[in-house]
Amino acid sequence: MDEEQKKAKTPKKLNPKRTPAREQDPGTRKKNFEEVSFGYGLEEALLEAARCLGCKNRPCVAGCPVGVPIPEFIAAMVNGDLAEAYRIIRSANVLPAVCGRVCPQENQCEGVCTLGKKHEPVAIGRLERFCADWQRKNGVQAKPEPAAPTGMKVAVVGSGPSGITCAYDLARLGHEVTVFEALHEPGGVLFYGIPEFRLPKKIVTGEIDTLRQMGVRIMTNSVAGKLITLDEMMKEFDACFIGVGAGLPRFMGIPGEDLNGVYSANEFLTRTNLMRAYKFPEYDTPIKTGKRVAVIGGGNVAMDSARTAMRLGAEEVTLVYRRSEAELPARAEEVHHGKEEGLRFEMCTLPTKIIGRDGWVKGIECVRMELCEVDQSGRRRPNPLAGSEFEIPVDTVIMAIGTGANPLLTGTATGLALRRGYIEADPETGKTSIPGVYAGGDIVTGAATVISAMGAGRKAARAIHEYLSSRKR
Amino acid sequence: MHRILEKKLLRPPDVFFFKVSAPLVAAKAKAGQFVIIRLHEKGERIPLSLAGIDPSAGTISLIVMAVGKTTGEMAALEEGGAIKDVCGPLGNPTHTENAGKVILAGGGFGIAPLYPIGKAFREAGSSVVSVMGARSKSLLIYENEMRGISDKVLITTDDGSAGMKGIITDALKAELEASGADTVMAVGPAPMMKAVCDATKPFGVRTIVSLNAIMIDGTGMCGGCRVHVGGQTKFACIDGPDFDGHLVDWDCLINRQRMYKTEEKESFEAWKKRHNLP
Ligand SMILES: Cc1cc2nc3c(=O)[nH]c(=O)nc-3n(C[C@H](O)[C@H](O)[C@H](O)COP(=O)(O)OP(=O)(O)OC[C@H]3O[C@@H](n4cnc5c(N)ncnc54)[C@H](O)[C@@H]3O)c2cc1C
Ligand SMILES: Cc1cc2nc3c(=O)[nH]c(=O)nc-3n(C[C@H](O)[C@H](O)[C@H](O)COP(=O)(O)OP(=O)(O)OC[C@H]3O[C@@H](n4cnc5c(N)ncnc54)[C@H](O)[C@@H]3O)c2cc1C
Ligand code: SF4
Ligand code: FES
Repeated sequence: MDEEQKKAKTPKKLNPKRTPAREQDPGTRKKNFEEVSFGYGLEEALLEAARCLGCKNRPCVAGCPVGVPIPEFIAAMVNGDLAEAYRIIRSANVLPAVCGRVCPQENQCEGVCTLGKKHEPVAIGRLERFCADWQRKNGVQAKPEPAAPTGMKVAVVGSGPSGITCAYDLARLGHEVTVFEALHEPGGVLFYGIPEFRLPKKIVTGEIDTLRQMGVRIMTNSVAGKLITLDEMMKEFDACFIGVGAGLPRFMGIPGEDLNGVYSANEFLTRTNLMRAYKFPEYDTPIKTGKRVAVIGGGNVAMDSARTAMRLGAEEVTLVYRRSEAELPARAEEVHHGKEEGLRFEMCTLPTKIIGRDGWVKGIECVRMELCEVDQSGRRRPNPLAGSEFEIPVDTVIMAIGTGANPLLTGTATGLALRRGYIEADPETGKTSIPGVYAGGDIVTGAATVISAMGAGRKAARAIHEYLSSRKR
Repeated sequence: MHRILEKKLLRPPDVFFFKVSAPLVAAKAKAGQFVIIRLHEKGERIPLSLAGIDPSAGTISLIVMAVGKTTGEMAALEEGGAIKDVCGPLGNPTHTENAGKVILAGGGFGIAPLYPIGKAFREAGSSVVSVMGARSKSLLIYENEMRGISDKVLITTDDGSAGMKGIITDALKAELEASGADTVMAVGPAPMMKAVCDATKPFGVRTIVSLNAIMIDGTGMCGGCRVHVGGQTKFACIDGPDFDGHLVDWDCLINRQRMYKTEEKESFEAWKKRHNLP
């Protein structure tokens, strides 16, 4: 489409700005765990949907890791057929209510939206969320009818987004699916990691209920590698998908990390989300937040920890990140929200030591970093500046510097090829070194995104289906 | 839901025995492993060692000392009641291959998890000496069970009401002086395990301990159970719970165990008040 045509197609009064979504006021929301954004109402959603140009070349679809037919679902909205809009999204994405909330849209569909070249891109994520929420509220049946039973049994290990998607697709194809989940609640990071104020847990449990209604058996408290090994699983099942995530928290290896008051982000978030420590003592699990909190890291996990600490009553929360603000890997919206809520940023700063007194944290010693030439990751490499040492007084330190591969299952699986602890799998099919065993999500790629884990689960389901069909013949 | 098939007061007033239905766990569990339980929807997850494993009956035995809110609440459950979640088996089994002569040192209810461990050592051909300590005779538990799997049982009480008067390390040192040992395994409160390690160190005997760090998931995901062993950070739930006791940083463990003292007290007191308990 050339410039002339585009102008002709664009409605005369195209709003260059996206329709804002109503949000809780920062001063109020930083004291509660309610969702930050209320999402669109019908009127706002239709207003925003009308901004879409319906581009023939569909750059947004190419930008979506699972290829949601974006202009088509938006067109259905404009036509007033919300059920159809939902159906279109759901054909490509089984967790739209989740993805509409947590996908890094600015790097995906919205990042390449045609409108974004001159104006603000269409708020695709908010529209997706609107359709999903509308569907839930209006009780339209989401459950598709599964195909006739194939008599084939598949084990899915892990109930994060990769496992959920894989289980859903396999069940739809008529296979008998059993999900093994280590924790007492299914959902993976969606349940234990991402906080309530960003992704209400009832949305996650709703999706899990749909899975159950489709006949998927979910075995919680079932740690694969302990309760059942991969070898045993392959005797009992015809195929297996591994989506156990990358949940092993890393520490920096600096002095003082064993002091009381030092948390991994995983522990801090698990206590809060999975165990509901924010409702202590109504719920039994305690958490210690302290008055002053430092969060080390700059990704979504760091932002979630920092904003959780704030909601737990911390008076001053500081994000300590070794590169500059421009390089923060967190979703832009979360950084923006964090700032509104009063989060402090110490950029280009590296902690070198945690200082303690009587076994408890009392501060962190830091050094300033200088950003040098661009490294392999494409980001500027940080180097410590001599003589720039300083101290931040804090009661609590949360380490959000990344996770590694958990050896619990992989360590007990004979013949499963690994690379630095992660499972080696074909990116197109999830095929591993063991016939019939497939893998996807963070345990293959390292910590990534919800949508990429879902994409991997879907590809693996297709490959498993082909594998089982060929075996049947 | 896991039914409580049997419950008894093992040692008044606060140590209880539970037999719980958990067929899948019982089928896989080995001596030295533990489970993480959650009593109800609002409960916390707490680790408990396996004090008995019966794969044919599909049951596991747990011995619980009521020290706080969750263990207190569990102690109030009755036969026929149920535990919401039982997750396991977790942790690595104790290496119970033939280790020559093994001394088992159990402090308090720590003797209970040593029962399946001792049994496994014996079955593998080791000779087993059990050393059990308590403040007085009435506080001893599992004595008959331990006699059943030991070649010799040594008892110490602080007041001399049973066995030798003194503390567990006195009997342990005497046994090591008299006839040595190839392995010592200690389970109990951290200060007790630390004392055992101090006692065995001069003898150069390999000493295995089972570390009871505060845990949540038990799968390596939270890192809350981290302990310092031989200068390295380890996760007690997936790297342990057994470690070489001579390499453990005990002060670090003991400090980390008291992280939630204030909150634990608050939660326990509130619960007792709600139930009109002293
Ligand atoms: C705090 C936080 C915030 C995030 N925010 C975002 C965001 O805003 N947007 C985004 O796109 N991504 C975000 N991510 C990343 C995203 O959540 C992950 O990439 C995604 O969840 C990975 O999915 P998965 O299916 O591979 O595994 P996970 O979600 O990690 O789930 C794995 C599941 O497997 C279970 N498991 C592990 N081992 C075993 C075993 N041996 N036996 C049985 N079960 C086992 C685990 O308990 C878990 O439930 C965030 C991550 C975190 C931690
Ligand atoms: C591997 C392992 C095996 C154990 N086996 C047994 C056993 O067989 N029988 C038994 O009675 N106890 C056992 N424990 C200890 C038991 O888990 C604690 O006594 C229990 O968690 C206390 O909870 P509470 O709410 O009753 O008391 P609280 O008042 O909360 O705590 C009392 C003390 O218990 C410890 N503790 C508290 N919460 C936890 C937690 N989530 N994880 C671990 N420790 C905690 C703390 O050091 C605390 O000071 C074991 C612990 C571990 C790590
Ligand atoms: S690129 Fe943007 S404007 Fe074009 S179809 Fe996609 S959402 Fe609509
Ligand atoms: S209990 Fe969470 S890592 Fe060990």
